Amino acid sequence: MGGSDLNQPMLKPVLIKRLRDFFAPVPALAWLAGILCAVLIEYQWGDALAVALYLPKVPPLFGATLVLKQPLLFPWAMLFVCLVYGVPIVLIGRLTAGPANRAAAALGRMPVWVSVLLHLLLLYIALHIWTETSDYRLQVAKLIMIAVMLTLSLNVINGYMGEFSCSHPGFMALGAYMASVFSLLLFKADRVFGAPVLPEAWGPYFFPLALAAGGMAAALGALVVAIPSFRTRGDYLAIISLAFMFIVKSAIENIDAIGGPRGLGGQPHWSTLPAVFAGMSLCIWIINNFVRSTLGKALNAVRDNETAAEAMTVNTRRTKMVAFLFGAFWAGVAGGFYAHEVRHVTPGGFGIQNLAEVLAMVYFGGLNSVVGSIVGAVSISFLSEILKPLLLYKWIVIPLILILVMIFRPTGLIAFRDFDPRRIVGPRR
Amino acid sequence: MSLLQVEDMTHFFGGLRAVSGYRLSIAAGEIRGLIGPNGAGKTTIFNLITGIHTPTKGSIRLENRSLIGLRPHQIAARGLGRTFQNMLLWRHMTVLEHVKLAHYAQLKYGLAGAFFGTRLCRAEEERVEENAHRLLETFDVARFAHQNVTQLPYGVQRRVEMARAMATRPKILFLDEPTAGMTPEELVQMIGIIRQIHSEFKVAILLIEHRLKFVMELCQRIQTLVFGEVIAEGTPEEIKNNPQVIEAYLGKEEVA
Ligand SMILES: Nc1ncnc2c1ncn2[C@@H]1O[C@H](COP(=O)(O)OP(=O)(O)OP(=O)(O)O)[C@@H](O)[C@H]1O
Ligand SMILES: [Mg+2]
Repeated sequence: MGGSDLNQPMLKPVLIKRLRDFFAPVPALAWLAGILCAVLIEYQWGDALAVALYLPKVPPLFGATLVLKQPLLFPWAMLFVCLVYGVPIVLIGRLTAGPANRAAAALGRMPVWVSVLLHLLLLYIALHIWTETSDYRLQVAKLIMIAVMLTLSLNVINGYMGEFSCSHPGFMALGAYMASVFSLLLFKADRVFGAPVLPEAWGPYFFPLALAAGGMAAALGALVVAIPSFRTRGDYLAIISLAFMFIVKSAIENIDAIGGPRGLGGQPHWSTLPAVFAGMSLCIWIINNFVRSTLGKALNAVRDNETAAEAMTVNTRRTKMVAFLFGAFWAGVAGGFYAHEVRHVTPGGFGIQNLAEVLAMVYFGGLNSVVGSIVGAVSISFLSEILKPLLLYKWIVIPLILILVMIFRPTGLIAFRDFDPRRIVGPRR
Repeated sequence: MSLLQVEDMTHFFGGLRAVSGYRLSIAAGEIRGLIGPNGAGKTTIFNLITGIHTPTKGSIRLENRSLIGLRPHQIAARGLGRTFQNMLLWRHMTVLEHVKLAHYAQLKYGLAGAFFGTRLCRAEEERVEENAHRLLETFDVARFAHQNVTQLPYGVQRRVEMARAMATRPKILFLDEPTAGMTPEELVQMIGIIRQIHSEFKVAILLIEHRLKFVMELCQRIQTLVFGEVIAEGTPEEIKNNPQVIEAYLGKEEVA
């Protein structure tokens, strides 16, 4: 009894274990080398290969967009992906594991930021080459990175602190509008605000300031939600924050100076790939620092048991306020990036659909986890692209998937995982 | 002079008088016991002193400063550590994280430090971690440091909770039934641990306990609470022989 399964190890786990053992010694540096090779191959020979495989062009998102649009082409797209990405990444990654490990070990003797920056640089180069192929791909990449910021900042509130906030689109809208007004007013000859105050060429250098202003506006909005919600005990936050989202939307609709329901357009195109990439990296770095510090762990304690947190000297009210404003700030920054990428924002664009999407990203990816948020943002964005031909029915499929996740993995795919940059950039074995 | 002075504390839950006219005076380094039948109001007394409830009437002073109206975290930071009868641990956190977080009020870095991982922040984190490890050793839970608390046996969880309370650097430690659900071996170990922290950290202890042997062995003075009122106070010997106590409480149990 009970020993029968010892004699017949199941096939699947063994295979997975073999694969895992095979790839275990591959450090991040080797994977990056593989990815770089793959994007270079695609850059060089992608078009020719696409033609050979009956594809109209290089599949922009690994064939994801073809699933519903041209399902017959999908197998060819998969083959393309295997040849261009799969094989080189696996081969180069595995083959360079040895030298990459030595390099990573050497880097490990330097301050950790040197190694992290190098990895980020390589990742950026790969991303840059990858997005050269099409404008569509470039925009999707930027929007995904913005989504990562948004998801992670919501995870701080809903995951790490365990409250249920619904006002993220509102914060994003505040950030988007504030940053837009900042840049339009100061640097752009514009219908609404007239001649620029400062020379237009200075603009890009002030972009961080515009984003910070957007973040601050969102944090200020968060204060309005937080004061009534956290003063009283009980679950008022969900309701108050939902109301807040709608209030922001209709408030903007009613201010003609910023375009009212027609929206605000003409923002300078400052959300370049390096800018968004840097913004996202900074966002991940700061949020990760915070949630891993003892000060940030107070969020977890507040979530798991507030009474005990208070008894262990944690100022729970301050903790909640700080986390909420902090999350809102990054949502505002993400909004600022968004406005300077799509260059036309309307109040209607920050509504309940947006909320559903970002909630899906957080809960699908995994609560209380930086990697989870990245995975959630990327996968739901992809899903969203795949399901685009379904139009409104998309909003039946995404919630369904979310319900399934809730049933089988209630905390999400990669929940409660520590994200240690030192380990990620370090050598394996 | 006494460290903690409670005068005439009375508390009503609606119409229920849970505590009435309670007095307590603990000197530094004392170990006190609080016994009484179920529902006597023992836990309520802890909750009143630690600020979870505000007493309807009465005064509470720690080192001659009033605690009334302060929030629980402020009271805790002033030097009042506690455990809970039903063990309020944080279910998604590891043992080490529990003990580290209880250093919250002692952290010298602020938000900016946490956001950017400044040198001060890193130094503080290191100091806190070292200190936490030392406490884990004291409570014999170091080998569970990186485990999630929910996976641990009951007795270990109790010790983790005590280690966490000690990390707040209390001047007085309130223990609410620290041996509930423990095996006899763990009980003996717990007596040793309490003696050790008492001598090592010079902390005063107020102990709620149902196991009389345990209380009698550790405490210098014991109060007996029945229906929110202290019916007897004295040394273990006096309590053991007090007819009122025997009638109200000890009668149904054997005094060892
Ligand atoms: N928050 C509360 N609201 C209302 N009544 C309460 C509350 N907390 C405790 N009580 C009541 O106060 C009385 C004293 O409860 P308390 O928990 O202090 O007893 P205790 O002496 O700790 O008992 P036990 O040995 O069972 O832990 C009980 O009648 C209880 O029902
Ligand atoms: Mg009790």
